[in-house]
Amino acid sequence: MPLLQLKDIHCYYGNIHALKGVSLEVYSGEIRTLIGANGAGKSTTLMAISAIIGLKQGEVFYHGTSLAGRAPDEIVKSGLCQVPEGRRIFPGLTIRENLEMGAYCRRVKSAINADLEMVYDLFPVLGERRKQAGGTLSGGEQQMLALGRALMSQPQMLLLDEPSLGLAPLMVEKIFSIIERIAGEGITILLVEQNAHAALNLADYGYVMETGKIILEAPARELLQDERVKEAYLGE
Amino acid sequence: MLNTLLEQSSLFLQQLVNGVTLGSIYALIAVGYTMVYGVIQLINFAHGEIYMLGAFLSFSLVTGFFGIGLPFGLAVVIAVIFCALAGVFLDIVAYRPLRRAPRLAALITAIGMSIFLQNLALLIWGAQIKSFPRAVVPAFLFAPALQFGDVVISWLQVVILTTAVLLMVMLQLIVHYTRIGRAMRAIAQDKTAAALMGVNVDRVVSYTFALGSGLGGVAGILVGLYYNAVYPTMGYFAGIKAFAAAVLGGIGSIPGAILGGGILGLAEVFGGGYISSSYSDGIAYAVMILVILVKPTGLFGRFARDKA
Repeated sequence: MPLLQLKDIHCYYGNIHALKGVSLEVYSGEIRTLIGANGAGKSTTLMAISAIIGLKQGEVFYHGTSLAGRAPDEIVKSGLCQVPEGRRIFPGLTIRENLEMGAYCRRVKSAINADLEMVYDLFPVLGERRKQAGGTLSGGEQQMLALGRALMSQPQMLLLDEPSLGLAPLMVEKIFSIIERIAGEGITILLVEQNAHAALNLADYGYVMETGKIILEAPARELLQDERVKEAYLGE
Repeated sequence: MLNTLLEQSSLFLQQLVNGVTLGSIYALIAVGYTMVYGVIQLINFAHGEIYMLGAFLSFSLVTGFFGIGLPFGLAVVIAVIFCALAGVFLDIVAYRPLRRAPRLAALITAIGMSIFLQNLALLIWGAQIKSFPRAVVPAFLFAPALQFGDVVISWLQVVILTTAVLLMVMLQLIVHYTRIGRAMRAIAQDKTAAALMGVNVDRVVSYTFALGSGLGGVAGILVGLYYNAVYPTMGYFAGIKAFAAAVLGGIGSIPGAILGGGILGLAEVFGGGYISSSYSDGIAYAVMILVILVKPTGLFGRFARDKA
């Protein structure tokens, strides 16, 4: 049974049919990626999973149970957490407060503090600046904060939306190696990326999305060799 | 010569005390506007009516208007709790269904709720001005606490000021050091991101309304005692004034609302005292307009003008 399963989901923005029947699965322990051009519906797919956007049709299953009617906070509580596009950290909150917001659904203070130390170990720069406002960090550091914040929720599965967006190549490499490390801890990942090359190199399996539909899916290694993917997304 | 100088300075001192008292009341109301604006970007025009309800309820409970007269302290506590709940109810009934609607729709609804609540009060209590009978209010409140020369500070003024200061300190502690306060600030900055962190946004908005409305209720009770006048439209004028204070301080900012309330209270009292009492309201608004002209986001504002 897949950990996360989307069955033919449809979403609208007003009159715009943004998702036209998206189906995909992610199995426990995997990294799967969803690649495609700007505006293909990748972020919408993640927002639909997190119940920020309502579904017109279709269903999302997590652990085999439907998420229909669940509020965003209930989905986070069940262990499915999203790192949204553009990081969306809280600029006016300190780094520590941002991380504490990630642990909003948890109650055990000692466990939260232990995880804070874990995040500071993983991202030393966050530990050094824990009292600084989140908005003072650079783009790459904000991405680390967004990842750390999501980890604070003790997720089983992470939805990552364009973690490499707008970052310098060196920082992209760093963020991807951290994602690999997080996956190594047993956290299942669905990664949305425009940087198809990096994403497919990291992932086990990939989906290619175009104008609200999945047009191609295969193990990541095969997609890297696929002529259509090479031409359209890998720039070869 | 010396005499007039003494007279002048004692007049000044008296105005200062009165201005600070009035300002602390405006501040108590203004934080309600600013907190709600911070989390849902709505000017809750019915907030002044919550303040009015606070005054009417405490009056009714101590005088036995509803059948039983309660001790003053108990009446105050019940009135404040009722105001907090009324704020939550107002949000759930009138504003929550419009959360995704254009902002103008919610704003018009807020004005509608303001008019509705004013008329409801008119229906229940009538148009005549009610005043707290001396017998039901603790007598010490009207005794002078401090007196030097012609300057008199009543215990009521002391109580108003200390209550306002204590509540503001409490509010700052809640907003900055509790889980729910952190969630309020997070929602003010990015509602979607807060929801993605597992924050139940509606619940936190309810807490915000409860806090702001409770403080507004306290202000209503204090004003009802201070001017010894309770009437259905009292919330309208105080509400507009406190709203101006919130805008002056920078809507969305709690320290801004406190400072704005203080400035407005002082401007009104000094303007009334030294220029003309019939211009006191006008002077208060003139100060607000001047600040907004120079700094459109208000003193501590972070919201851009097009959002206000």
